[in-house]
Amino acid sequence: MNETSTEIRSVVVERDVAFPPEKIWRALTQPHLIEEWLMKNDFKPNVDHRFKLSADWGSVDCRVLEVEPNKTLSYTWDAYGLESVVVWTLTPTSAGTHLRMEQSGFRPDQQQAYVGAQYGWQKFFANLEQVLARAD
Amino acid sequence: MSNAHDLLFRTLADPTRRAIFERLCREGEKTVAALTARAGVSQPVVSKHLAALKRAGLVRDRPEGRQTHYSAQLAALAPLTDWTNEMTGFWENRFDDLEDLLRRMDQ
Repeated sequence: MNETSTEIRSVVVERDVAFPPEKIWRALTQPHLIEEWLMKNDFKPNVDHRFKLSADWGSVDCRVLEVEPNKTLSYTWDAYGLESVVVWTLTPTSAGTHLRMEQSGFRPDQQQAYVGAQYGWQKFFANLEQVLARAD
Repeated sequence: MSNAHDLLFRTLADPTRRAIFERLCREGEKTVAALTARAGVSQPVVSKHLAALKRAGLVRDRPEGRQTHYSAQLAALAPLTDWTNEMTGFWENRFDDLEDLLRRMDQ
């Protein structure tokens, strides 16, 4: 490892969803709904509330940081030595909602070859091609 | 471990197949017809590539009426990538499940 910056990495996934922010907000904040798309949980939309997300592979420790109904939700996300923060942002659009999730806090020592968050694919496939070329 | 690598590398070695997979990664779920429209190859060829991607766990198919929708399974790339990519795959799949839930809510 050469000495690179200690900048914090993040993962961003965003999508235009054909539903209004209010509906998505319910799915993001009601425990029985959260369980349907994420994991079992004891979430409450209160700042500083500590909750656990659990799955068959283990669990994630979380604490609510920010709650702005139908707009922003953030919580800490600690699992397996990964200390990170997840921020959901809901922006109304003419067709529904632009939903954005950013998880940040990946330290460089948790990286080998950071490819980038959203459109790291081109670089990834370029790397893959180089590997394949060498493999012949 | 290395078997998983071999299968992924072999599956993604074909440029047409890789382009199909990359489109699913970038643009989300698509039908065979939608993929064929810009693949530059015939529908049976696209279907064959999708079958190969499915065998490697790189795509998931979801039948809906007469159509089958295909989506990229980014988590399948985990053996080749790092933490951040693994997490990206995880969240892409969660977004898929969230959209499924939103479609079912209030019905």
